[in-house]
Formats: sequence, C-alpha cells, structure tokens
Amino acid sequence: MPGDAGMGDMADLNERALAKYRNDFLREVEERVDEGHWVKMCMQCGVCAGSCPFGPHWEHSPPKIFLMIRAGKREAVLTSDSMWMCTSCYNCVVRCPRKLPITTIMHGLATYAQRLGLAPKVQPTRDFSIIFWENFTRTGRANEMRLMLRLWFKEGFAAGVKKALSMRDLGLAMLRTKRMSPLEILGGHGVKDVKGFQAMIRKAKEIEDRRRGLSG
Amino acid sequence: MADTKIAAYICRGCGLGERLSTGQLAKIAEKEGKAAIVREHDFLCSEAGVQLIRDDIEKQGATHVAIAACSRRAKTEAFHFPTVAVSRANLREGVIWCQPDTDAAREATQEMADDYVRMACDELKRMKVPAGNPDAARLRRLLVVGGGVSGMTAALEASKAGYAVTIVEKSGALGGWAAKLWKRTPAHEPFREPADTGVAALVAAVEADPNITVRLASVIARTSGAPGRFSVDIAAESGATATEAFGAIVQATGFTPYDAAKLPELGFGRSPNVVDQAGLEALARAAAAKGGPIRRPSDGGEVKTVVFVQCAGQRDDSGRHLPYCSGHCCATSIKQAMYFKDANPAVDTVVLYTDLRVPGNGEDFYRSGQSKGVVFSKGQVSAVEPSGDACTVRFRDLILDEDTAIENADLVVLATGQVPNAGVDIDQVPQDEPGQWRPDSRSVLNLAYRQGKDLPLLRHGFSDSHFICFPYETRRTGIYTAGPVRRPMDIAQAVEDATGAALKAIQAIENAAAGRAAHPRSGDLSFPIVRLEGCTQCKRCTVECPFGAIDEDEKRYPVFNESRCRRCGTCMGACPVRVIAFENYSVDTVGAQLKAVEIPDEFAEKPRILVLACENDAYPALDMAGMQRRVYSAFVRVIPVRCLGSVNTIWISDALNRGYDGVMLMGCKHGDDYQCHFVKGSELANYRMSKIDDTLKQMALETERVASYEVAITDIERLPRLIDEYAAKIGEIGLSPLKGFG
Repeated sequence: MPGDAGMGDMADLNERALAKYRNDFLREVEERVDEGHWVKMCMQCGVCAGSCPFGPHWEHSPPKIFLMIRAGKREAVLTSDSMWMCTSCYNCVVRCPRKLPITTIMHGLATYAQRLGLAPKVQPTRDFSIIFWENFTRTGRANEMRLMLRLWFKEGFAAGVKKALSMRDLGLAMLRTKRMSPLEILGGHGVKDVKGFQAMIRKAKEIEDRRRGLSG
Repeated sequence: MADTKIAAYICRGCGLGERLSTGQLAKIAEKEGKAAIVREHDFLCSEAGVQLIRDDIEKQGATHVAIAACSRRAKTEAFHFPTVAVSRANLREGVIWCQPDTDAAREATQEMADDYVRMACDELKRMKVPAGNPDAARLRRLLVVGGGVSGMTAALEASKAGYAVTIVEKSGALGGWAAKLWKRTPAHEPFREPADTGVAALVAAVEADPNITVRLASVIARTSGAPGRFSVDIAAESGATATEAFGAIVQATGFTPYDAAKLPELGFGRSPNVVDQAGLEALARAAAAKGGPIRRPSDGGEVKTVVFVQCAGQRDDSGRHLPYCSGHCCATSIKQAMYFKDANPAVDTVVLYTDLRVPGNGEDFYRSGQSKGVVFSKGQVSAVEPSGDACTVRFRDLILDEDTAIENADLVVLATGQVPNAGVDIDQVPQDEPGQWRPDSRSVLNLAYRQGKDLPLLRHGFSDSHFICFPYETRRTGIYTAGPVRRPMDIAQAVEDATGAALKAIQAIENAAAGRAAHPRSGDLSFPIVRLEGCTQCKRCTVECPFGAIDEDEKRYPVFNESRCRRCGTCMGACPVRVIAFENYSVDTVGAQLKAVEIPDEFAEKPRILVLACENDAYPALDMAGMQRRVYSAFVRVIPVRCLGSVNTIWISDALNRGYDGVMLMGCKHGDDYQCHFVKGSELANYRMSKIDDTLKQMALETERVASYEVAITDIERLPRLIDEYAAKIGEIGLSPLKGFG
C-alpha cells in the first residue's frame, strides 16, 4: 500500500526481489502484480495505445510496457511514470482483442513500483494517491476538506493560498449548499469502528503480501 | 447453305411490346434477316413460347433460331435448343432497359433494336451446330506427381470417387516433407498442442488402397497428349521406363526449403547451433528417438535459450532473397518453441518477428504459445554472431525502436520459406525444336508441348493459376497443381488444395470424354477448326495460345489438341490469314454482325460506335447496368466476344471501313494481377491494339477511333459513363469520313 512502508523496508524488498527473480522480470510481474499473468498474452497490436485518451503523453504505451517486461527491462518499467498516467477510463480494456485487463495491470504495476520504492518521485498522480490513502485510512471516510488543503499546500504555503483563492467561488458555493463542512478540518466524521477498520486494512495487507510473496 | 432455315422470334414481354415496334422488328427479320419463320410472342420464355420454338424446330425444320428478347445471359435454360444454332438479340438489357422511356428517345431506341435483330439474323447465317469434338477420349485414370501429403490426399480422394491413380514419387518413400516433421501444427479443436503428423496413417491408407499404384524412385520422362489421353513415360531410377496412359494429371511436387546457406549473416553454416526449421525438426526427431530433450548440436549441452528468427530470407525487399511470405512459418516456430516449453517450461524461447501471421485457427495456437510462456518480440534481426557454443542475436526492437541483443542463445532457428518445385521456367528454357525433343532432368512433367516442358509460372516460381477465381486451373488443361507448388501453404491447406485439385482432375477426365471444354467455357462443344491449306506457318497461334493447346508438326503447321483447348479463340484473334474458326464463333460470325448494322449517312449526325465486349466480365456488367436502368448512349452496338484475345484486327478495320465512328474494346484486367478468364487473352489483345495506330494512320483516321478499356464485372456504374464519355469524344473529333464507302 502506498506510503505504508519505510524507505529502508522498500530498498530491502527491492533487493530481495532482485535476488529472487534474477533476470526473470516477467515471472516477477506474473507473481507479484495484479493480473500480471496476462502480460505474456499481449500481441502488440497497439489498439490500447491508440485508444488511450492520454496516449501522446505516455513515455511508454501499454504494449511497450508489456514488451519491456518481457524483455526484462525491470528498472525502466518500474521507474516509468507511464502507468501513473492511467485515468481508468477502461477504453483499452474494452477494445483489447486479447481481453487483457490493462487498467488493472497498470495500477498493479504502479502499486508494485511504489512498494519497492522505485516509483518516480515527482508525479502528481502518485502524490494524490498517497495523500488520498493516508486521508481515508485515518477514519475510514474520505475527508474532503483536509484532502483538498493537503493537496493545495503540498507545494508550499504561498502556492496553497493562491490555489485556495482561485477556487473560492466553488468552495463558497459548496458551503452554501451544504456539500462541504468547514468543521471537517477539526478531524471530521469516520466509520463507527475506526480501530476495527484499521485492523481490517492491516489484515488485508498482510494477506496480500503473503500471497505476493512480499512478507519477509 | 441450302439446308439453312432461319426462324426468328420477337418477344413482346418485359415491356418490349410497349417500348418497341415489334412489328417492324418482325419485318426486318423477314426482309433483311431472310427468316423463313417469323413469330411475335407476348411471353416467349413461357412454356407456350418455348413450345412454339420447339415445334418449329421439330415440325417445320428450323435449323437456325434467332431469339430477339433478353440478354443471352438470361433465360438460358428456357432457350436451350442444342440441336440448332441459336443467336440472341439483346433487346431487353441491351436496349429498353438502358435507354430512357421518352418520346425523344423512341427513334434511337427503335434503331438500336432494329440493328440487334439484323445482327442476330446475320450472325446466325454463319453459325453451325458444333458437330462434336474429334479428340474426345475417356481414360478414368489419374496421374499424381509427388507422394507428399498433397499427392497422397489427391490420390485417396480420386480413388474414393472411383478413379484409378498412379503416384509417381521421386524419392524412395512416400511422405514428403511432412514425414520429416516430429509433429505438426494442430488442425483440430482446441488448436492448442502440436499434433501427430498423420503421415504414417496417410501412407498406410495409400498402400492399402487397391485403386492406387505407387511408383517410388521414379520421375516423368515425357508427357504428351491431352486430357483423356495423356501418354506418360515413367522412368525409374533403375533405368526402366514404362509408358502409361492417363486421363488427367495432378502435380503435387511441393517445395524445397529456402537455402539457409544464403544467410551467413544469420549465422547459418558458421555454427551448428544455428539451424533452419527443417533442421530443428530433425533435432526434435533425433531427441525423441533417444527419449531426451533437444540438446545443443555443438557439444550436446543443455539448451536454456532458443531464439526463433522469423522471415529469415523471406519478405525481403533487397532482391537477394524471397520477396514473399510463406505463410506457415510463424505457426511452425510456435510449434517448435512448444517442443522446448512442453519438455521443460524453464527453457527460454523467444520468437523474433516483424509481423506474426497465423492464418485460420493459428490465432488460437498463438495464444496457446503465449500461455505456455513463449516470448514474442517484435524485432528485425540484423545479425546472429556465434561464439563458442553460444550465439548473440542482434535485432532492432520495433516497439521500443532501439538496437538490442539476446546473448547466450544456445540454439537459433531460422524460419526460411518455401521454394516451389515447379520444374523449369518455360519463359527461360524454350522447348526443343520439333524432332529434336529430349527430356530435361530439371523438368517435372517433361511435356512434349510446343510451348515448353513445364507449367507456366506466374510469380516467384509458383505455377500460374488465378488465386481467387480458379485456383486449381493451370494453363495446361487437364493438369492441376496442388500444394506448395501452387502457393506457399501448410499441411491443412495442402490437404484442402489436393482435394480440390483431385475434383478438378476428375472433371477434366469427364469433360474430355464428352468432348466438352473445361473452365471457363465449361460444357462448350465447339472447338477451333483450322483450314490448313491457307496456313502460312507463321506460328502465332502456337506461340500465343495461353494454354499451350497447339503443337507444331515438323513442317511447322499447327496441330490442334482440341481437348487441351479452352475455346477462348485467342488463336483466331491472332491468325493473320484468318484460317482458324469455331463452328459457332468465327471471324465471319462477328464480321457479319458488325456489317449488319445500318450506318446512317454523315448528315444524319448519328454516330455508330462498335463495342466488342468480353463475355466474361464486360458483357455481364453491361447487362447489369441495364438491370439497374442505367442509361448510356444509343449510338453503341455491342457484340459479345469470348475473350478480347479472340478479337481479330480485321474486325476493327472492317468496322472503320464501313463508317463506324469508333470502336471500344472492353476486356479484363491484364498483367500480374490479371482478371482475364483466359489468363493471357486480354494481355495479347492489348498488345495487338497497341499496334493499331499505324493502321488508323494509314486509313487517315484519328487514333482515338479505337479505344481499349480494362473492365471488371463490378464496373456497373463505370461502364455507362465510359460509353458516354467516349460518345462525347466522338462528337468532338467528328463523324468518320469513311461513311458511305463500306
């Protein structure tokens, strides 16, 4: 899960993965990435790349990523920011003649890169994902007020104020129509059993780590 | 022609009665057409109408029947009178359906109909009922050359249909290339695993079949004759020669793998660890015999990485190697990668391809390969560098657009293509002089035909056949090709191909027995008759016949083999002294038609344009234009011809001399991607017409007065436009100055 492991743990995980899979990155992906076993089925037709609304903005289109995985280009794949560009529109999944769950694979790769500490450091989607995860795992509910403030102020106080001012009309309108409460800033609402919820998240991570061979 | 009694029938159905003065047509048939019997009928193709004609033939003794109704392509069953000569005036599709129903157009429409009735009557006077083919012979025996999967399949299929078969196989065993495979790509659901080749079962079936005789270690030393009566010398390796007679021949001589020694840059010959696909099959069979995995040839070491190089020496645009795709190699490489993956999933197998082509159910097989972990990379291999027991495979990654390499490949398999075993290229190796004939050891069939010893080729050494319209036909009637000698293919396709070729061969045997033509004039009983006393031995007919039907005797006179003839009339078109004719189609029958047309004088301002239209594509397209009520100029008079190749230039000069203002020739597309049903007819016509300009200049006529068009059967919309444009052009250059002299 993003942001959940310390840097030392990450480097360690990466070392262990390298040792375990040596040059067989395809097998690593098949075992450790969501739906990774589909990667070998790509036939490089390029329909996904042509269907992607973000197509021109990716450094590596899905068929390239899949090819790089098959060619063992581990570092290039895991440090790529391409899978972070996926907006989950599912165009590619609908059109893939080989029925690859491309969106899931992309998110799986992003998550795996993040776990190993290889994900690109300055990447807005990644930043948002981390902020969002930390925000909602705190209480079990997304706290929109705090989420927005953290997002706006992540590049410093001045930038945050400027962003807040630019959004003020929308903010006031939301307040007026009771779509947002300023009181949320104090801690906000949560699920009834926050401790139980957090235990569930921990358990889920433990199970998934075990399944993916990531636990020690 | 004292015994000629012409009966003419004018139909009033389908609107003909309302649009045309049929009374006037009847009068023309009687007065100008000299028809002894003339009848109008409201519904000629009805039972009563047909009975009327039948009665006139039986009771009144009509010998020649002119039917002025719909196109000759319509109502063929109703108007089928095999005992008399029949001509058709196309008043429906060719007149009322392609002319507007207006008062202004009425006169020109009637003139068109008048002319077509005149033409039908005059053509009829020159026609005879085909008397039957003197070359008819029936031999229900089939020769199959080649004992591979294609040859054995053709033999078994023909045997099942009740025909005796002899297989002549060059090598000492049946089976061909398929017998050298360890396994084949699957031909059945679920198309996932390499399958048994099935060759042993096929060989057993052939050997157990009492209808099939197998002659191993034998070749064809000489083939002469025609469908129904081929005479073939079969020479055994031992030196013994037997002469046998056959009704038809299937040539299934297969392929040879492209010589990988021509690919040193891909490491072949520089390391035993670089093999072609056939080489890998040999390794797999040897390994299976020993019961172990495939080992590295150089030292017997373990194979950990195998690289398959697709399109090795194929799809090459440099001109050094094969320019075409052999079709089977992608699936073959997938199959061979599975040899390794199935034995040990830890072996790395990489297929480097530029386009993975797995036709048919190969797509399922491809997916199966991917599921098994065969890696497919889109890459163009530039070099294979052997060093010690390993090879480095350098390639351009076409997805990542970078040069990269696979190091430490233990085995590299080159997917080289199929080279057809088609014998000699008769365009390069001319036939021996008459009386000097000797067999050629490079030839497959050793034909004693005038045009050469083997089947004509189309491209890349494959035998000529039309890929879509008539795939099994070759340019030698009664001889059919099957399998990779015809085009590159795999086992499944070869089986299908052989079955089709066997059926065509059987058809040829039966046609020969009945004296009928084969495709495309199937069933035609006419054949070319030559008046030898007028022949100047110019050899144009023997050289130009697209089917090599005409041989030469020692004095260089043509010798017609009627059963080899497809009845296109290319010889008739070629003959400068016009001594070749069919009983029902000749220089005279067409000449009489074009002369029957009434040419208005120059002050009438009514041009006349002669259209000679190929009956296979252009004429049906014109009919269909009529069916769609597409209007075109009323100044044209259309005469269908068997093939543009049958157009004799005398027709053109006759037409121009008579005062026609223009001549349009409509034939099929020619060239490598020809659509001509007689393969070379339209090409030859085009060549002849390229020389017509001189004639036109001699006649002091504009070169535009003769125009050639390539027309497809689908040109329904285009044809009326072409006609109108041409009519407009004639309007521009003015009427012919030769009117009134003809």
